[in-house]
Amino acid sequence: MQLWLIPILPLAGFLINGLFGRRFSKGVVNAIAIGSVALSFAWVLKTLLGLDLGQPYTERYFTWIQSGAFSVNCEFTVDKLTAVMLLIVTGVGSLIHVYSVGYMAHEGGYYRFFAYMNLFMFFMLTLVLAANYLVLFVGWEGVGLCSYLLIGFYFDKKTATDAGNKAFIVNRIGDFGFSLAVFYIVKNFGSLDFKTVFAQAAGKPEAMLTIIGLLLMVGACGKSAQLPLYVWLPDAMAGPTPVSALIHAATMVTAGVYMTARSWPILIHAPAAMDTIAVIGIATAFFAATIGLAQNDIKKVFAYSTVSQLGYMFVGVGCGAFSAGIYHLMTHAFFKALLFLGSGSVIHALSGEQDMRNMGGLRKKVPWTFLTMMCAAVAIAGIPPFAGFFSKDAILLAAYARSPWIYWVGTITAGMTAFYVFRAMFLTFFGEYRGHGHPHESSPVMLVPLAVLALLSIGGGLLFPIPTFLASVFPHREAPENSMLMAISTLAGLTGIAIAWLMYVAKPAMADSFVGGVKGLYTLVYNKYFVDEIYDATVVKPIVNGSREVLWKGVDAGIVDGAANGVGAGAQDIGGLLRLLQSGDIRSYATWVLLGSVVVIVAIEISGGIR
Amino acid sequence: MGSVPISWFLTLSAVLFVIGVAGFLFRRNIITVFMSIELMLNAVNLSFVTFAYQFKKVDGHLLALFVMVVAAAEAAVGLAIILTVFKRRPSLDIDEVNSMKN
Repeated sequence: MQLWLIPILPLAGFLINGLFGRRFSKGVVNAIAIGSVALSFAWVLKTLLGLDLGQPYTERYFTWIQSGAFSVNCEFTVDKLTAVMLLIVTGVGSLIHVYSVGYMAHEGGYYRFFAYMNLFMFFMLTLVLAANYLVLFVGWEGVGLCSYLLIGFYFDKKTATDAGNKAFIVNRIGDFGFSLAVFYIVKNFGSLDFKTVFAQAAGKPEAMLTIIGLLLMVGACGKSAQLPLYVWLPDAMAGPTPVSALIHAATMVTAGVYMTARSWPILIHAPAAMDTIAVIGIATAFFAATIGLAQNDIKKVFAYSTVSQLGYMFVGVGCGAFSAGIYHLMTHAFFKALLFLGSGSVIHALSGEQDMRNMGGLRKKVPWTFLTMMCAAVAIAGIPPFAGFFSKDAILLAAYARSPWIYWVGTITAGMTAFYVFRAMFLTFFGEYRGHGHPHESSPVMLVPLAVLALLSIGGGLLFPIPTFLASVFPHREAPENSMLMAISTLAGLTGIAIAWLMYVAKPAMADSFVGGVKGLYTLVYNKYFVDEIYDATVVKPIVNGSREVLWKGVDAGIVDGAANGVGAGAQDIGGLLRLLQSGDIRSYATWVLLGSVVVIVAIEISGGIR
Repeated sequence: MGSVPISWFLTLSAVLFVIGVAGFLFRRNIITVFMSIELMLNAVNLSFVTFAYQFKKVDGHLLALFVMVVAAAEAAVGLAIILTVFKRRPSLDIDEVNSMKN
């Protein structure tokens, strides 16, 4: 079925635009960038329609590593899980590429942006299609690279490059865990192939599987921005907004969830690892949601919301409801991409303004953006029958079956989610306009993707019942229908919306007086619990200072440079001494010759003469 | 000749060689230095021939002939150099011929 065409098309787009894009007009760059991704999407559709998805379909291209009995192939595989991911990545990816044409129209480095975006698509599709951990790791690192490149897209801004570095470095920690997991799998399974490893997983000791599961989780925590490695994601909003939507909301950050869900045969036998994942997930969901309550930058709100929603997906995976996690991954891709693209449209309309305190009353000025974003907001709040309701409820039900306290924390988080998203909506679109510019509605090229995503946010949950679709992929589990619990979580969402309405529309003074009432807490939350400062003081500063004082001034300047310079100086000194012999005086040469021959003869005599 | 012991020839050769070396090192006139070199060469020739006689082999004679050829060539070139030096300088003091220094 030529699976390789799926990732190769965007790679071709990257190569063409990256190498020659500077000379192309914007139209040509657009055609190549969007065309390659759209073709890839079309090829995904054609492939999936032509395949019987009941069985995994694998294509082998070449043997990558061959060492004794151990071998790794470059292989792609498609099963139902891959199919879902492929459709999300190429589908949402295509929409965001189209949107970018409008959003980036007035930015410099136009071709560079699209080249990076296409490269990202290539790596993301490689990650999703991989049939073994090594190929997955290639995609994994590749998307990290593209994330870094695109966060630092405005490389003349120090904050953007710093954010890019931060994302890359924090991800290294997670990737370190992931690579350890891969090594450990090689050591114990003798293979990296998903099929082989998973077939053997059941017979292995639990301790080993727990170690692998926990290491995989560390990797996922880095990529999917979970506690304690989430810090890079909010800063990653320094990149262009379509990047935030594509990479830092819809696709790349969900790679961790995909990877853990893919590794379910290992995790299912490692309950301790599963519990850890669930606890980290719910802690992240709650923690990030509280930070989201007090942010004023519209993109920051959605960034913390993304961290929080990824936490939900972790809860789903950790509670054994893998399909629910993937379900939420999909709906989240729809509504969060829409929220980001919508906020991009707002920022575009206000010529770069991101602070919600300078917005307000925009619903009449940018009606389409408002309408579409509202769909996403309702979806994320978990109001039926919007997409978010189904996936979030699937997760919460699974959590309740696992341990009820996770459900309750999750429900409170759902309430907070509804609150902060609608706070953002109300601050942006309701009340009076507080800025000074002249907002204008975005062009159709930006609004059409918004509309499509809005439809998906409304109907995505009903249209694509992922748990049913993936039932054959993941282990079967009873999902108890519990309308009571569903009602409670929906109620939590509605309460959040109502409070937001009360505080930011009905009685705007209430918010300020409330903040005044809990000033200490507000300061703490507003400053993101000072986590960045704590990391800075405990990790970054010691490393930077240690590098500067010990590694640079001690080891590099002292030992390495010292050795190199010492050798040079030594040669010079010896040369200086030897130079004295070259007097240019014939008789001194003759003397040296004489002395030399005497020495040689004496030496020969001492050593016993010539034999 | 059979009555003269080999060691005498070799001693003579060594004495001649040392005289050559001393002349080379301590005389200042270039011509004398040059002659000292010839003396050393001939001292070596003497020991070559002695050994050839001693071991009844022709190699030593051959080598002595070679040395003579080289010495003749050297004399031709060396004297030419000395003539040229003398044309450009007032003296033949070897310590004055030090333009290679520095």
